[in-house]
Amino acid sequence: MNTLNALTREAKALANGEPMGNLTAPETEVARQLQICNACRYCEGFCAMFPAMTRRLEFGKADIHFLANLCHNCGACLHACQYAPPHEFGVNVPRAMATVRGQTYADYAWPAPLGRLYQRNGLTLSLALAAGLALFIWLASSAAAGAADFYAIFPHNFLVSLFAPVFLFAVLALALGVRRFWRDIGPATTGAPLTGPAAAEATHDVLRLKYLDGGHGEGCNNEDDAFGMSRRRAHHLTFYGFVLCFAATSVATLYHYAFNLPAPYDLPSLPKLLGAVGGVMLCMGTLGLLRLKLQRHPLHGDAAQKPMDYGFIGLLFLISASGLVLWALRGQAQMPLALAVHLGSVMALFATLPYNKFAHGIYRSASLLRHAVEKRQPNRLGLGGE
Amino acid sequence: MHTDVLVIGGGNAALCAALMAAEAGAKVTLLEAAPREWRGGNSGHTRNLRCMHDAPQDVLVDAYPEEEFWQDLLKVTGGITNEHLARLTIRASSTCRDWMRKHGVHFQPPLSGALHVARTNAFFMGGGKALVNAYYRSAEKLGVQIRYEAKVERIEVEDGCFVAAHVSSTQGTERLTAKSCVLAAGGFESNRDWLREAWGQNERGEWPAENFLIRGTQFNQGTLLKHLLDDHGADRIGDPTQAHMVAIDARAPLYDGGICTRIDCVSLGVVVNRDGQRFYDEGEDFWPKRYAIWGRLVAQQPGQIAYSIIDSKAVGRFMPPVFPGVVADTLPELAQKLGLPVDTFMQTLNSYNAACREGTFDHTTLDDCHTEGVSPAKTHWARPIDTGPFYGYAVRPGVTFTYLGLKTDDTAAVRFGDVPSPNLFVAGEMMAGNVLGKGYTAGVGMSIGTAFGRIAGTNAAKAALGVQA
Repeated sequence: MNTLNALTREAKALANGEPMGNLTAPETEVARQLQICNACRYCEGFCAMFPAMTRRLEFGKADIHFLANLCHNCGACLHACQYAPPHEFGVNVPRAMATVRGQTYADYAWPAPLGRLYQRNGLTLSLALAAGLALFIWLASSAAAGAADFYAIFPHNFLVSLFAPVFLFAVLALALGVRRFWRDIGPATTGAPLTGPAAAEATHDVLRLKYLDGGHGEGCNNEDDAFGMSRRRAHHLTFYGFVLCFAATSVATLYHYAFNLPAPYDLPSLPKLLGAVGGVMLCMGTLGLLRLKLQRHPLHGDAAQKPMDYGFIGLLFLISASGLVLWALRGQAQMPLALAVHLGSVMALFATLPYNKFAHGIYRSASLLRHAVEKRQPNRLGLGGE
Repeated sequence: MHTDVLVIGGGNAALCAALMAAEAGAKVTLLEAAPREWRGGNSGHTRNLRCMHDAPQDVLVDAYPEEEFWQDLLKVTGGITNEHLARLTIRASSTCRDWMRKHGVHFQPPLSGALHVARTNAFFMGGGKALVNAYYRSAEKLGVQIRYEAKVERIEVEDGCFVAAHVSSTQGTERLTAKSCVLAAGGFESNRDWLREAWGQNERGEWPAENFLIRGTQFNQGTLLKHLLDDHGADRIGDPTQAHMVAIDARAPLYDGGICTRIDCVSLGVVVNRDGQRFYDEGEDFWPKRYAIWGRLVAQQPGQIAYSIIDSKAVGRFMPPVFPGVVADTLPELAQKLGLPVDTFMQTLNSYNAACREGTFDHTTLDDCHTEGVSPAKTHWARPIDTGPFYGYAVRPGVTFTYLGLKTDDTAAVRFGDVPSPNLFVAGEMMAGNVLGKGYTAGVGMSIGTAFGRIAGTNAAKAALGVQA
């Protein structure tokens, strides 16, 4: 009975053309477009977003936030759309979704005032990088000249005391942000609790980037209507490269404290292996993403977010490239400078982690988890359909 | 630039012809009248292919044997079809999908809202525009010369042989010669003057076609069709008033409203005309049948408009409409808001409500809810319209494509005085009337376009390369 009442209420709102809740302009645009998509449904096979859409008749704020973060901006539905520009309906789901996604990162940022850092994210990252570089170059210059190893320049405990608080704060901020997001989209996605199978499926979809496969396995769109795996591969290289680099640092920390084996490490030690492979992958991945982004079809995504994207890609590239350079320069006079650049860019990344593009992975994973839950619940709609 | 095969048109049939001809080794030029962003004609609005299959086949469940497909076609066309060409189309539909896949088309099972056709129709992932994109990409790879905004005004035919086409484009006009030619430039549904003339004036003094909406492309002006019929005296087939027509939201755009403007709640309520009266059994059959007949039913009503009326019980049980309905808490208020005569409307609704014999309502089967003692009867899904709020959707006839075309045979040749041309072929909407004299069944337009596009392309290549057809 509750379902029926809810349906009636929704239909009433729909018939009166009034979106429910206080939608922002980008959210209203998503609701408008999804009303068209829901009456068409040709794109159901491409990704998770469209099947999730078909479980709804009306799109409230939480639905829109959930669906926007479910969208992977693969572009398939834009190129397949009979209502895409220049059609008067002007349907461009990837762009509408990207715009709302950008908004959710800012809206759910913790603490709230720092969400504003998303508004000019290119500038945010540039300033963070400048500050990080300045800090470590200054620190290096005041260290002993001609030092041969890292810890002679920056003592280990000193580095830990700098990075640990920043990193822990970033983790906390992201966790609090996504917790609020989760609480908002939960009721809009049946409210059912997360189960093991749902979590397993979502984890699989995240780690495999399933929804960049186009639904048919040939990949997503980039510069035109042709499908390709480049973006998925470049993203995999970036993500797993980042994970390996992070693992290298973690293992090194373990070596340092647990086994009393301080750096530097050499091949074939585990930290070195992880770092070297991860660094090369991250370099290749970010260069690939950069190339693809430069070639991207102009109708894909939200142009206003390009500085955020380029900033994030650039920063990751700088971290991986400076890390590799550092290795090459070991024992040479330029090493302290390379070390300062590397640590400065890592610091800039960590400090802005809850306020840069990194958030996309967190919110999208949350949406995929809720989608995996929702799809296992019975559909309250019984469309006799065609 | 030397061309063996000239393909005129840029939709599914034209692309199938171009791909087949190119695969056969011919140099092919394809002329699309529309600019690139509007390419593909009505194919961009399609979404599935009706397929014969004797056993489950990837996305298709159970079986849909030739005989059943044929009987379905016989039923919807009322026998106005050519059995030989129809069976050829049906058989071709069972074998063409691997070829389609090779050229980049992806199929998927219907996921929601279209389960009634899961057995009979294979759905294109992303719909017809994705299919059109795939075919263009494949054609480019095969070296087909593709020209957009290239309109063919007339062709030269000598003794039944194609000689040249006169093309106007942004670069001016030019004469293009080729060894053979495939005509696949669509019907004339976008030509409103022609539609008006074809439908004429009715007994109420109205010009019904003035109130029609065109569901697809604005580029199917029928220029070549008229030229072939009038100037070259090509053999014709079909009635110019016959077309695939659907009842669509009266607020749909004049062109290219496509699938999303359909109104899917007809069977869940009643449909009244401008005078507030019912005129047909809303519960006669499921969507595929309903879909095909309601456009024409509405075309016959005064003002070519009708109103689909439902109550809250129906909400959530049909495909959501693209535009919000008119809503009211009471039926008289709804009639008023819709501009219908309240008294007649209430009389209609009251007698319908009183006539409902409710059984076990199930909108997924032909259930036992029906009316008694009201005319026209509603034979299924009849439930009183009594639970507010009430909703009304104005509907108008939406023309998908017209059936007047060029008569052809199993070689897809254009015929002059019952003699087949050796090098001029036809495919798609320009000849669909050979198979579809009237009526429609979901996905059969693409079956015809694909079958005859491929035959036309093959034979055009043979004609151009001097191989015996």
